[in-house]
Amino acid sequence: MIKRIALISIILTAVLLLTMLLGISVGSSDRNMMHTLNAIIHPEREPVLSAIVYKIRFPRVLLAVIAGAVLSLGGVVFQSILRNPLAEPYILGISGGAAIGAILGIIMGFARFPGVGFTAFAGSILSLILILYLSSGQTLFQKDRLLLSGVMVNAFCSAVIMFLVSITRDARLHNIMFWLMGDFSAINTVQASLLLVMLIPCFILIFFLSHTLNLLSMGKESAQSAGIQTRVIVLVQLVTTSFMVSLVVGYCGLLGFVGLVVPHLMRIRLGPDHRVLIPACILGGGSYMVLCDILARTLPEQGEMPTGVITALIGAPLFIYFLKRAKS
Amino acid sequence: MKTAIEVNNLTCRYDHRAVVDRISFSVREGEFFIIIGPNGSGKSTLMNTVAGLSPSSGGDVLIRNRPLADYPRKVLARTVAVVRQQASIDFPFTVREIVMMGRTPHQGLLGLENSIDQAAVDEALLFTDLQDLANRNIHQLSGGECQRVFIARAICQDPQIMLLDEPTAALDLAHQTRIMDLMEKLKVEKGTTIVMISHDINLASLYADTLLLVKGGQTVKQGTPDTVLTYDILEDAYECHLLMDISPVKSRPRVTLVPDSYLRGITEKEANHGAD
Repeated sequence: MIKRIALISIILTAVLLLTMLLGISVGSSDRNMMHTLNAIIHPEREPVLSAIVYKIRFPRVLLAVIAGAVLSLGGVVFQSILRNPLAEPYILGISGGAAIGAILGIIMGFARFPGVGFTAFAGSILSLILILYLSSGQTLFQKDRLLLSGVMVNAFCSAVIMFLVSITRDARLHNIMFWLMGDFSAINTVQASLLLVMLIPCFILIFFLSHTLNLLSMGKESAQSAGIQTRVIVLVQLVTTSFMVSLVVGYCGLLGFVGLVVPHLMRIRLGPDHRVLIPACILGGGSYMVLCDILARTLPEQGEMPTGVITALIGAPLFIYFLKRAKS
Repeated sequence: MKTAIEVNNLTCRYDHRAVVDRISFSVREGEFFIIIGPNGSGKSTLMNTVAGLSPSSGGDVLIRNRPLADYPRKVLARTVAVVRQQASIDFPFTVREIVMMGRTPHQGLLGLENSIDQAAVDEALLFTDLQDLANRNIHQLSGGECQRVFIARAICQDPQIMLLDEPTAALDLAHQTRIMDLMEKLKVEKGTTIVMISHDINLASLYADTLLLVKGGQTVKQGTPDTVLTYDILEDAYECHLLMDISPVKSRPRVTLVPDSYLRGITEKEANHGAD
C-alpha cells in the first residue's frame, strides 16, 4: 500500500510541477515555457520576466494549487462522511456560508488573515450545522434530502451575499462579484506561502485519518463496530475540512464543483481507497485548478474571466451526469 | 461453559418510550443464540446496545464477564463483530478491500496491512467461499454474495462473539441455508458464539441452540426451540393463526402459517354442512 501511495504521489507531483510551470509561463508577456524556466533558474538573465513570474504569476498559480487541493480534498471528505458521492463544499453550501462570513469580515474592516479567515470559518461551520440539521432523520430519501438541503442553503447564502453587496457602499467590495466567482489575483507570495503553511498540517491530519474514511463510507455503525471512535473522527474531519475551505474561500471566492470533478476522476482511475485517493486529490486537484485558471486567463480575447466560470462550466454538466447515473 | 454475554435488566428508551424493557438473558460461549419476535419488539435496539453501538437507559451488559462500558472501542471490536442489514454501498470497493476492513481493530491508524492480515483475509474468503470473487467490485454481486462478504469481514475481525441482525432477510432459500450453514460452521470450527436476530422461525428452530422470544421490549420466553416454539406461546406473541408440527429434519418444531381466507373457508364449509 505504501509503495502504491508513494508511486501515485510521485507521478501526480510531477504532473503538478509541470502544470505549475505551464501556469506561470502563460501570460501577456509572450514568452514560452523555456523562457520561464530560464527566468526561474537564472533571474539575472531575464529580470523583467523573473519579476513577473515571482511577484504576479507564481503567487497566483500557488493559490490556484492550494484552492484546487483543498476543494478536492473537501469533496472527498464530505462524500465519504455523508455517504453521498455528489456532496462537495460548494453544492452543500459550505463555501456559500464561508463567503458570507468573509464578506461580513471585509465589511467589518478585518484583515484577510486572521480576521476574514475567522469570519469565513464561522460562516462555513454555521452552514454545516444548518445542512446537517435540515438533512437529519433516517429516511430512504436522505441522500436526496442532503442535496436539497445544500441547494436551499446555497440559495439562501446567495441571497444574503447579494443583500450585503447591495446595502454596502464599501469601496473594498467593488470587486466583490469578480471575487465571488473565483479570483486568484489578489494575493502575494508571502500570503500564499502562509496559507500553505497553515494548510499542510490539515492535509497531514486528513491523510492520517484516511483509513477511517474508508470505514465511514460503509456507514457509521459499520465503522463503530470496526473499532473507530466515529463521533470524534467525524467531528475532527468536518471541522478541519470546513476550516480549510473557509480559508480558501476567504482568499479566492467561490469555485464550484471542483470537489465533485476531481474525486470522481481519481476514483474512476485509482479506486475508492481513501489512503490513495486523498494524496491523489490534493495533487490532482491542484493541477486541475491551475489548468482551469489557465483557461480563464487565455480564453477571453481581452482581460480574463473568473476561474469559477470555468469550474462551473465543466462541473455542472458532470454533476447532472453523475446524478443521472446515481439515480439509475 | 463460560458466559459470553450477560444482560441484566437492560432498558433502552426512545423519546421516553421503553423500546427494550428490563430484559435479562445470558449467552454461553460457543452457543448459537437466536432472537425472534414480532416487528417493533426491540430486537435490533437490543442488539445495537449489546454491540455498544447504542446507549442503554439502564441495566448492565457484560461481555465475557467484563462490563461493556469498560471496553475500549478497539478492544471491543476484537471481541465482538457485528453484521448489520447493509444499506447501499456508494463506493466501488472490491470484495477483498471490504474484507480487509475487518482487520482494522488489529491495525494501526492508516490500516496498513501485513502478512498476518493478508493471511486472515485469505482464510475468511476461503471460509465463506468467496475466493473467486475477491477482486470483484461489490456492486457486481448479488444480495446473498454481498451478505457473505460482510460475514467474511466480520470473521476477519477474529472475534469471539458475532452478532448478526437478520442476515438472511431478502435472500432466496438457497442463500438463506448457505448463510445459516456458514454460521453453524463458524460455531463448530472456530468456537465463535453466534447471536442472531431472525424473522424466520423455522430457520431459527433448525439451527438455534437457544431461542429468545421478545415482544414489546420484554422477554416472552427463553430456552431450547422445543420449549419456546409452542402453539400457545407463538400464537400469543405473533397474534396470528398458526399450525405446529415436527419437522422431519432434526425433529425440531415447525410452524405453518394459516391464512385468514383458509380459516374462513373452513368455517363456511362447516356452516354449510350444519345447514344441510
